[in-house]
Amino acid sequence: MIAFLCNWCAYAGADLAGVSRLQYPPNVIPIRVMCSGRVDPQFVLLAFSKGADGVFIGGCHPGDCHYVAGNYKTFKRVILLKKLLNQIGIGEERLRLEWINATEGKKFAESISDFIEKLKRLPPLRYNGGRLDE
Amino acid sequence: MRRIGVFVCHCGNNIAGTINIEEVVKEISEYPSVVYVTSYRYMCSEPGQNLIVNAIRENSLDAVVVAACSPSMHEETFRNAVKRAGLNPYLCEIANIREQCSWVHEHDKDAATVKAIRIIKNIIAKVSKNEPLHPVKVPVNKKCLVIGGGISGIQAALDVANSGYEVILVEKEPSIGGHMAQLSETFPTLDCSQCILTPKMVAVSRHPNIRLLTYSEVIEVSGYVGNFRVKILKKPRYVIEDKCTACGDCEKVCPVTVLNEFERGLSVRKAIYIPFPQAVPSSYVIDEVNCLGLNPLICGKCKDACDANAIDYDMRPEIIIEEVGAIIVATGYDLYPKEKIAEYGYGEIPDVIDSLEFERLLSSSGPTGGVIRRPSDGKIPKTIVFIQCVGSRDPEKHLEYCSKICCMYTAKHALLYKHRVPDGQAFVFYIDIRAAGKGYEEFINRVMEEERIVYIRGRVSRVFRKGDKVIVWGVDTLTGKKVEIEADLVVLAMGIVPSKGTKAIAEILKIPQDEWGFLKEVHPKLRPVESPTTGIFIAGAVHSPKDIPDAVAQGSSAAAKAIAILSAKELIHEPTVAVVDWTLCSGCEVCVALCPYSAIRITSQKKAEVNEVLCEGCGTCVAACPTGALQLKNMTDEQIESMIINSLEG
Repeated sequence: MIAFLCNWCAYAGADLAGVSRLQYPPNVIPIRVMCSGRVDPQFVLLAFSKGADGVFIGGCHPGDCHYVAGNYKTFKRVILLKKLLNQIGIGEERLRLEWINATEGKKFAESISDFIEKLKRLPPLRYNGGRLDE
Repeated sequence: MRRIGVFVCHCGNNIAGTINIEEVVKEISEYPSVVYVTSYRYMCSEPGQNLIVNAIRENSLDAVVVAACSPSMHEETFRNAVKRAGLNPYLCEIANIREQCSWVHEHDKDAATVKAIRIIKNIIAKVSKNEPLHPVKVPVNKKCLVIGGGISGIQAALDVANSGYEVILVEKEPSIGGHMAQLSETFPTLDCSQCILTPKMVAVSRHPNIRLLTYSEVIEVSGYVGNFRVKILKKPRYVIEDKCTACGDCEKVCPVTVLNEFERGLSVRKAIYIPFPQAVPSSYVIDEVNCLGLNPLICGKCKDACDANAIDYDMRPEIIIEEVGAIIVATGYDLYPKEKIAEYGYGEIPDVIDSLEFERLLSSSGPTGGVIRRPSDGKIPKTIVFIQCVGSRDPEKHLEYCSKICCMYTAKHALLYKHRVPDGQAFVFYIDIRAAGKGYEEFINRVMEEERIVYIRGRVSRVFRKGDKVIVWGVDTLTGKKVEIEADLVVLAMGIVPSKGTKAIAEILKIPQDEWGFLKEVHPKLRPVESPTTGIFIAGAVHSPKDIPDAVAQGSSAAAKAIAILSAKELIHEPTVAVVDWTLCSGCEVCVALCPYSAIRITSQKKAEVNEVLCEGCGTCVAACPTGALQLKNMTDEQIESMIINSLEG
């Protein structure tokens, strides 16, 4: 699973989870972006096509975006992306958007753990028996 | 093909205790373009850093990955080390294998090791495509613009000017001084407001570094920090400031009388007037809206009376262009409009007034010469009721917030009333008493105990006229009883709102406003005077309701921030900005509207262009660009995609 984390809030929150020694499953690979608004929907689709079971996007709380309004763009994009994922059979439950600020280490660990739990219960992603990028 | 060096830190046991360092080194050394891999106990230490520096030199490395703690800890440290070795610091990236790997997967060492390897490969993929970048250097214009000539703006202007920089102070009224000039005495010291304000006003007018533009407004601002271009509209006074001696002969002969705004409508002025006797600049001004015609054929009496020949009907509005390096906004407050609270009869009952009107009654240069008189019949009120929180602390109908200063100034009003009308009786209706400043609690206690003013804890439901009295219906929540007072005069402590011109100036400067219209700071705790636009600062009541000590402190604080910019030889801006490939740009303009810093513009060739000084590098525009023309330096789509692929391989 890939997690796009915004530098100022979600990534810092994830760091705090580490400092607090909170444990969560190792299935997630973090990618640091400066703002959740940097996350192009294409990245999400690419991740699924390369074998990701889920994609997590962590951004600042609405109103608190370090770059004023990037997270609002993310929010809108995710709404549309979820509709698209449903239509192509991947399912919106495999994409999660969470607002996590720099003090919410616990929330980060819990969200990731919960997401992985839910992903484990879903059937594996296959398209006609092959992988999605074939 | 890059020559990449990877440096894996043990961080004592923090990383090495969970992650198998040897396996990581072995795996990574087999990764294409990695020519050097090593590990060390504490990479951030001096020997650790020297390890990196020497490795770069000895192996001609052209990019570096340090696998260690979070970049928030030591990215700068390692980038500086890399710089020392002669490599561009932006070719050094950090792989976080501690906070987001070893520390959170302590129970599954194998999985942690696998994840660490993936994370490092990610960062190697990223750094392979990094360009060397150089911080953007911005020249700095050594002038400062201060918008707003109240106490906060005055303080800011003086502080910047005293540090040796030129200041342009723009004030839209004909005189500086703001609301503080209307006050009689200030709490808790009971200093005469004008006496402590006017020395600062005069200092502004005399200061060799301050260019004072009154009766002027900022109408346009473009550019960016260090290089703002400002357009100021100087409205015509029709009186030459330098020639006017403020003798007042013109005023005597002017046939037009209108309500006096400085006196809050309690008295009148002529169409040619001076806002108040201590005005700075000390010059009259003609109110062209009410003047009969600025034309000797229509009137011309003032011009005839003026011995100094200071009146000039041919003055025109002037546009002044200035280039400044920093801007401070201190445009102050207004009172919540009385008309919005009909229950208290304000606007309808002449003897229901607001706190600023009461200040004018108290003032010895006010409409009643400092004698407290009722507006209706001029009698001295023997029973006076003060109502606190009018409009404030009312989330349902009016302002949700507390206006901060009303408890203190109401106590001051009640005390001053008792001093002038010793046989009078004063009542104060309150919800709470907020007296948090220095000496404030002591002041309130003095007012309550020594001056024998009756404080009633409860709200007022209705104020209405009965004969020549004003009836106040309220409740005393501490006794549970209803209260009715037959008052001669009622004073309302109206809520504080941002001044009328705030919306316009916020739009011109692109400063966001909160839901109440106050200007928004970057961070309420740590960066209270900085607006989101670099180089533009906020001070005083336009930020939030505050008393004079805080307004002055914020003025100085904003000045310090401005001076930090003005004193720099040049400004440095992070170069990880967005850039447009014109071969791909279709001129669709989607990016222009998205940028919160207005950093993108469309050129005459219908292509998008990013101002690298304004761009803060968030990448929102990059994600939105339909053709991929916009890319973020060292965080391109290609780089992120290769990071995604690397994370999921194997």
